[in-house]
Amino acid sequence: MDWSQSLRLIAPEETLSLAGLALLLVAAWAGDKAARAISIAAVSVLVAVMALVAPALCNGAMGPETVAFAGQMTADAFASFAKLLIYGSAAVALVVAPSFFERVGAMRAEYPVLILFAAIGTGMMVSAGDFLTLYIGLEMNSLASYVLAAFLRSDDRSAEAGLKYFVLGALASGILLFGISLTYGFTGTTSFAGVHAALGGGLNTGMVFGIVFVLAGIAFKIAAVPFHMWTPDVYEGAPTPVTLFFATAPKVGALGMLMRVAIVAFGSAAGAWQQIVIFAAVASIVIGALGAIGQRNIKRLLAYSSINNVGFILIGLAIATPQGSAAMLTYLAIYVAMTVGSFVVVLMLRDADGNPVEDLADVAGLSRTQPLLAAGMAIVMFSLAGIPPLFGFWGKFVVFQAAVDAGFVPLAAIGIAASVIGAFYYLKVVKVMYFDEPADKVAGERELAHTVLLVGTGLFLSPLGYLLTKWLGGLSGAAALALFHFA
Amino acid sequence: MIGIEHYVVVSSILFVLGVLGIFLNRKNVIIILMAIELILLAVNLNLVAFSSFLGDLTGQIFAMFVLTVAAGEAAVGLAILVIYFRGRGTIAVDDVNRMKG
Repeated sequence: MDWSQSLRLIAPEETLSLAGLALLLVAAWAGDKAARAISIAAVSVLVAVMALVAPALCNGAMGPETVAFAGQMTADAFASFAKLLIYGSAAVALVVAPSFFERVGAMRAEYPVLILFAAIGTGMMVSAGDFLTLYIGLEMNSLASYVLAAFLRSDDRSAEAGLKYFVLGALASGILLFGISLTYGFTGTTSFAGVHAALGGGLNTGMVFGIVFVLAGIAFKIAAVPFHMWTPDVYEGAPTPVTLFFATAPKVGALGMLMRVAIVAFGSAAGAWQQIVIFAAVASIVIGALGAIGQRNIKRLLAYSSINNVGFILIGLAIATPQGSAAMLTYLAIYVAMTVGSFVVVLMLRDADGNPVEDLADVAGLSRTQPLLAAGMAIVMFSLAGIPPLFGFWGKFVVFQAAVDAGFVPLAAIGIAASVIGAFYYLKVVKVMYFDEPADKVAGERELAHTVLLVGTGLFLSPLGYLLTKWLGGLSGAAALALFHFA
Repeated sequence: MIGIEHYVVVSSILFVLGVLGIFLNRKNVIIILMAIELILLAVNLNLVAFSSFLGDLTGQIFAMFVLTVAAGEAAVGLAILVIYFRGRGTIAVDDVNRMKG
């Protein structure tokens, strides 16, 4: 593998980096007046890079010809699948932002640049073939995310969200790094392939400590129980377009990174981490469902919902089979659509003065005043609950099917039982919107981009989504195959 | 004779002190930033000690990257702390509680 071919393989990262740096200069010279123009440029770059990434997924790229820089980066079908979701959701986070920030006079030119840098880091996380690139990608994403969480500088809640995210995120990075240093010390290498080979020769205590610390650090990033406590505060306090970003791109990136670390680097010691992942999966499902029940703030409720969803996704990892990983990727794609849909609804909830409405009590009787908005929210909620005619059911179905096929019947049974508890609060939102006395608080807002996104995700999540199951299953199957194919 | 295990023990103690510093301290967010640095230094000590023990340069290169990123992280953290202080007028850990539940 020569230098030029390596550079060609990481073309998406290069394009994004150069575009990000150029736009940063534009932002510095032209100031906030250019914020909209920079956003449009950033969205075009992200879409162009998605086109650049797509062929690797369609061809099912895998094996040595996808490895760049002597194993530092891997541009295979798995990375492409995750990157399409990451860049797509970053673009969505840019499209929905201007109308939100302009209302409070905070549409600053650095927002699109920060989103671009976070997207590069997230893409590197799923492409990493070595703990060094993994760490750099993770920090690129995290440092940009801390700033984004505190983006509304004058808002107390946003600053507090930024502070909490920073402290717990830095702690998570520290735990992850300590695990990496132990793994390095006891295996003598930081490359995933090398660690895989070294762990195949038997485990010692130091290696087990390394694996546990690495997984704990990543569990922070994906907000899996017992490392989930920052999620509700950060999701509530961060500006809504940023929350949309946090719930999609970094989540996909961290889960993709977790899959690659667990399957490729620690794959030969699966017995050592399967119990941990099973515990995190079950605990996330249960805590996510129970924690959401008493919530009054919609963004907080969606934060618990995302913890709950991570639990279901982790079931696919716990069984450590290609079928399980394919199911995880299918679930992730559907999860991103559901998250985008739900946060777009939150963005559209505005009172008569244009202030955001986040309280669950204030959306009472929404169906009578804003039927389209209420219908969109109802579709997303039914889909998150996994009620059969909607597409959210398909994600849960493939995950549980993979678990049953791999002989993890009790795990699947617990998951199904807990998803019934989860259905309670999703249905409560629908009940409040459709059957309670109207609070007449929401005036709604008619922004073309929001309506298009809501209708688009609504159609994807509607039963029409089942037309895509074969296509989606084929793509995630190819991606999972690439993940499991390593020398 | 000081062997690799001594280094690992020292770095583990530093790491635990850093984690405790984050969770036990109720006074000041600056102390949390210092605790985070302590964690990263424990990691660096580990990396360099293993690197020397294994006769492999990767660990030292990794430590360089960690040092660089730690500097960026501290800058971002302090910047966030400044805007937090501007809004609230305090940086006591117990007062970081606008959101709960």
